Amino acid sequence: MISANLSAIFYLVSGVLFILALRGLSSPETSRQGNLFGILGMIIAVTVTFLSIGSFSSGFVFVIIFILAGGSIGAFIAYKIPMTAMPELVAGFHSLVGLAAVFVAISAFLNPTAFNLGSPGNIKLGSLIEMSIGAAVGAITFSGSIIAFLKLQGIMSGSPITFKGQHPLNAIILISIIVLIYLLCSSQSSNLFWILLAVSFLIGFLLIIPIGGADMPVVISMLNSYSGWAAAGIGFTLENTALIITGALVGSSGAILSYIMCKGMNRSFFNVILGGFGATDNTTSATSKEQRPVKSGNADDAAFLMKNASSVIIVPGYGMAVAQAQHALREMVDTLKKNDIKVSYAIHPVAGRMPGHMNVLLAEANVPYDEVFELEEINNDFANADVAFVIGANDVTNPVAKTDPQSPIYGMPVLDVEKCKSVLFVKRSLSPGYAGIDNDLFYKENTLMLFADAKKMTEDITKNL
Amino acid sequence: MEIDPLIFRLSIFILSIFVGYYVVWSVTPSLHTPLMSVTNAISSVIIVGAIIAGLSGDTKSIFNISSIFGFLAITLAAINIFGGFLVTQRMLAMYKKKKKEK
Repeated sequence: MISANLSAIFYLVSGVLFILALRGLSSPETSRQGNLFGILGMIIAVTVTFLSIGSFSSGFVFVIIFILAGGSIGAFIAYKIPMTAMPELVAGFHSLVGLAAVFVAISAFLNPTAFNLGSPGNIKLGSLIEMSIGAAVGAITFSGSIIAFLKLQGIMSGSPITFKGQHPLNAIILISIIVLIYLLCSSQSSNLFWILLAVSFLIGFLLIIPIGGADMPVVISMLNSYSGWAAAGIGFTLENTALIITGALVGSSGAILSYIMCKGMNRSFFNVILGGFGATDNTTSATSKEQRPVKSGNADDAAFLMKNASSVIIVPGYGMAVAQAQHALREMVDTLKKNDIKVSYAIHPVAGRMPGHMNVLLAEANVPYDEVFELEEINNDFANADVAFVIGANDVTNPVAKTDPQSPIYGMPVLDVEKCKSVLFVKRSLSPGYAGIDNDLFYKENTLMLFADAKKMTEDITKNL
Repeated sequence: MEIDPLIFRLSIFILSIFVGYYVVWSVTPSLHTPLMSVTNAISSVIIVGAIIAGLSGDTKSIFNISSIFGFLAITLAAINIFGGFLVTQRMLAMYKKKKKEK
């Protein structure tokens, strides 16, 4: 058994190690070491908890058993999961953090004595406030992440689900949560605690269903942030520094990522949260426009264009992930490089379904990270490049965002793909992208559409090179 | 008059938000996915609360309602800790620099 002061110091140490874990991610070289700091911090936190409880009763054995059980499930998932399924995995993990926070709060509410928070029915006011906030945010994180998971997995349709009176209903529920917390704290009633949990689960569900598939990067980052705040809430209840520090870190990390994602789409956070984007009238815009001529080609034409180029820029998007085309793409690039063609990759901040999604897939396919560039780094290079190869991206290349103030995506930062001498656009059909608008790029003089599955097309091009 | 310990915790909390703010802005965008998975893993430090909850039963009855919720939370958090750190490790191992000329 170690003193409370000593364990508090160790919790502080583990909090600092978590900060270093995030700090390591500033560059790929230091990141692996950073991850080790994180693991070390976790080991310290768990060990200190055991030591501070001290009595190694038989319950201790069960704690170990459950840790090992959960740990082997987690390890199994971590090794089996394909890299393309990373957004689903992260959403799933968020839901677990949320649910764990709810369970800890329930446990503390039912047995406050074990946590030094008073006795049942007479919990310290401050602790009760912290506990109910932690539980409510945890519940929202859980049900929200489950919906995000189902949408990403394709079990639930990715299109926004909206109904009349949605926003007023959500507003009423959010207000009722605050009222419930107030009533709970003044009455200590356990019924109110359960109602609070139920209502929080409900609002998490309602908040995410109106948000469409391509807005998922924002949703995942936001849920990431929520899971942090839930942990911090529980940290205050347990008076645990490691949890408070971590909760704050994760909370601000998720918030920053949401901000970056919103900026990448030039939309306000509230615009994304209120949802329904892209759900309206894409049929009218499709029929009102006359059929414009499109140049389409085959793998042979594409191979010819690329063979005669001296520099090629690849623009990957979510379609590449869906078609699992990253390996085929890298093989194509290898062949190009053998012919002394300079190749680089351009990544839009919101390409894919979560922040950094494309980077991970390219890394998986052994693409060196110093060939992969962010929007600001590479956007000026399009004018000097010979060929832009757009694979699975759409709205992020649409020049309309720069030219047409009427367009819903006007002002969104886009890759200046059309400035290339020629553009190869791999796509299955001419259907509009997520925003429900036509991509002007399809009809440009210098664009050659390659209608095919991304993986198959890339393989065919490689054969023809 | 003594300062309420809550104020100290609040100070730690607020300062950590600022630390998080500056640290996360310095994360390179290409590592944003590992950032999410590692924040996932570290937020599962909530397992310390789950352990206290799991051990809240007395020697005669290890399992009561409160400790059962604790054990459930331990399992969930453990999935996250192992899964989160290992998948981050797996991702980070893939980030390679350009090889020298063959």
